[in-house]
Amino acid sequence: MSDRILTVEGLEVSLPVPTGTLNAVQGVSFHVDRGETVCIVGESGCGKSLTALAIMDLLPKRGRRVARELSLLGDPIVGVPEATMSDLRGNRMAMIFQEPMTSLNPAYTIGNQLEEALLRHRKVPRAKARERAVHLLERVGITAADQRLRQYPHQLSGGLRQRVMIAMALMTGPDLIIADEPTTALDVTIQAQILHLLAELQREFHMGLVLITHDLGVVARIATRVVVMYAGQVVETGTATEVFGAPRHPYTRGLLDCIPIPGKTKRGERLGTIPGMVPSLVGHIQGCHFAGRCPFTIDACTEADVPLTAAAGSAHEVRCIRADELMRSGFQIVESVA
Amino acid sequence: MSTTTAMRPEPAATASSAPPMLEAVDVTRMFMVSQGFMKAKKPLHAVNGVTLSIRQGEVVGLVGESGCGKTTLARMLLGLMPPSSGTLKIDGQPLAGMKRRAVARLVQPVFQDPYSSLNPRKSVGSIIGLPLRVQGGVTSEDEKKRVHEMMELVGLARRLFDNYPSQLSGGQRQRVAIARALINRPRMVICDEPTSALDVSVQSQILNLLQDLRRELGLTYLLISHNLAVVEHMADRVAVMYLGRLVEQTDTDTLFRNPRHPYTEALLKSVLTPEPGLGVPDTQLGAAYPNPLNMPSGCRFHPRCARRFGPCDTIVPRPLTSAAGMVECHLYDDDVKKEAAA
Ligand SMILES: Nc1ncnc2c1ncn2[C@@H]1O[C@H](COP(=O)(O)OP(=O)(O)OP(=O)(O)O)[C@@H](O)[C@H]1O
Ligand SMILES: Nc1ncnc2c1ncn2[C@@H]1O[C@H](COP(=O)(O)OP(=O)(O)O)[C@@H](O)[C@H]1O
Ligand code: SF4
Ligand code: SF4
Ligand SMILES: [Mg+2]
Ligand SMILES: [Mg+2]
Repeated sequence: MSDRILTVEGLEVSLPVPTGTLNAVQGVSFHVDRGETVCIVGESGCGKSLTALAIMDLLPKRGRRVARELSLLGDPIVGVPEATMSDLRGNRMAMIFQEPMTSLNPAYTIGNQLEEALLRHRKVPRAKARERAVHLLERVGITAADQRLRQYPHQLSGGLRQRVMIAMALMTGPDLIIADEPTTALDVTIQAQILHLLAELQREFHMGLVLITHDLGVVARIATRVVVMYAGQVVETGTATEVFGAPRHPYTRGLLDCIPIPGKTKRGERLGTIPGMVPSLVGHIQGCHFAGRCPFTIDACTEADVPLTAAAGSAHEVRCIRADELMRSGFQIVESVA
Repeated sequence: MSTTTAMRPEPAATASSAPPMLEAVDVTRMFMVSQGFMKAKKPLHAVNGVTLSIRQGEVVGLVGESGCGKTTLARMLLGLMPPSSGTLKIDGQPLAGMKRRAVARLVQPVFQDPYSSLNPRKSVGSIIGLPLRVQGGVTSEDEKKRVHEMMELVGLARRLFDNYPSQLSGGQRQRVAIARALINRPRMVICDEPTSALDVSVQSQILNLLQDLRRELGLTYLLISHNLAVVEHMADRVAVMYLGRLVEQTDTDTLFRNPRHPYTEALLKSVLTPEPGLGVPDTQLGAAYPNPLNMPSGCRFHPRCARRFGPCDTIVPRPLTSAAGMVECHLYDDDVKKEAAA
């Protein structure tokens, strides 16, 4: 158990909206071990960011968080004083956001902000902090680090800013990094560089990494384990090989069919689609959240809430009552047995 | 290796006999930008000598990093901005003397962000019908009929006619943008990152729609995208842009099977397909980000090029065309290589 960095059990997040209560995260569970990269993937609005913010205790003011367990290195991080949380944040666990400008202060130099990231948590001389800042900037591939320290965030390109954010997250040597869409706003070439770097640093510093993205390509390439979310719930989870090699949930499968793959999909051929829209998360959804869009829906799908269940003898879990029969039939439309 | 010949920038000879829909010859666009308070303005060459020809019915993909000049080129092709130099022809006519409306009848844009490209205060029906009203000469009954036809063509339910953009999903908004672009029956559509702001399940619907419309209406597309997998799926030919210039241009299969320019290679390596076990490749592209105000000497790609050699930081590479397409890199220029070896 000493390798367990993060445990999330039955996490729920709700927010008041004019029409009622929006249940953004509904019973999400996963864990991260040392040296693992866990990817949370799903389409816009499925609850990825709020899951991350709930772990960091950074939810919007009126957001409500409930969990059976939420712990970092075996210690609970719910119901602890804000002083304890703010020490954990940026010290033992750090977060990297999609748009680095939102977390960099435009009024201070890069150097100042990197140093403060360490000095806030450790009693070390500023010169030591500066030394580490230079070292980490070089480590994340920024040349002429000494000069960069004197620059302001707006003087850097998006890719460089994201590298600075990664260096900043590493200042205290945290056990866990949560990165929410860290490369979504970047060019594909820069995205590949940043992900390559993150994977390398994660191995080198032996951290746990939670990477949140809507890009299945990124996930397939970098994840140890994958958590697929749909409308507030985990619908499938397993290793990257399990989830991408043999997807068991109709949503995961549908998503993969939507993506063109050079050399595999034929030019000009129709791509798969998932017709329909994500259901509203205001109020309760009876049964399977995907039922309204699933080509395999039967009456039983909406009669009772669908649990996440494991395939025999593995940790590959799926939230679909027809998963086994669909697997056997190779996802052909099969008549209901009932 | 195939024989390559240096040439002056001219439209590449095309195998197909279809006449060109659009031709750009040595097109340049310069902006004067200020570098800060009290500092002199400096010229920024956003597009720097681009030669590109698109045949009728062809789909050409345009790829390259953010800021390399794709949108600037698109705006010139749409007649929304004059080039600083060079010539543009659309359907055989010089764009320079044409009226804005005449250009709009031939070529229409679909932009990236379906959230900001639609007027939030206008209804769906009014947005789609606007180009008809601009061209003039249609009764409001005719307009309504044409709008309904377009909505059906792009898969928008009629009941959305009186809705406002804020009431639509991202995919529906992009369908509105496509309907608006097509209502005047243009011959060509320039799509600038048409699916970048969309989720994959919506992206595939829009890509399917663009393919269907192309077949049904015989459209010509210029498809700008940072997603090379999307370009591979849609385009017959691909043009790769770097800091204002086209550095490689060839048919899609050749480009993906045998990329020649080192920048194209790095771009292809960056395509992350959902195939587990392949890892995140090292693109070998240095972190040095290009500053368009301070163009590198010689080959503008040399500070990041893993294959640079002798002449790269001093001699500007010239466009080389052969059966394999066009490439602008000394590695394929026998004269320069001989000189360097001597
Ligand atoms: N401050 C807020 N107030 C009300 N609703 C919110 C708030 N923040 C998020 N939501 C809603 O909660 C749901 C989940 O949001 P979240 O941002 O976690 O999704 P996401 O998967 O990260 O989306 P995206 O990929 O678009 O960032 C969405 O329906 C969203 O509209
Ligand atoms: N109106 C303008 N004034 C000054 N610079 C501009 C203007 N439009 C574009 N640029 C600059 O021209 C270059 C190319 O821009 P753009 O065509 O928007 O690239 P892309 O679409 O590939 O992101 C960039 O360096 C950009 O900052
Ligand atoms: S439970 Fe039913 S509706 Fe839901 S994914 Fe499975 S088959 Fe489809
Ligand atoms: S000319 Fe030289 S620097 Fe430029 S792309 Fe070719 S090899 Fe690289
Ligand atoms: Mg998000
Ligand atoms: Mg652009």
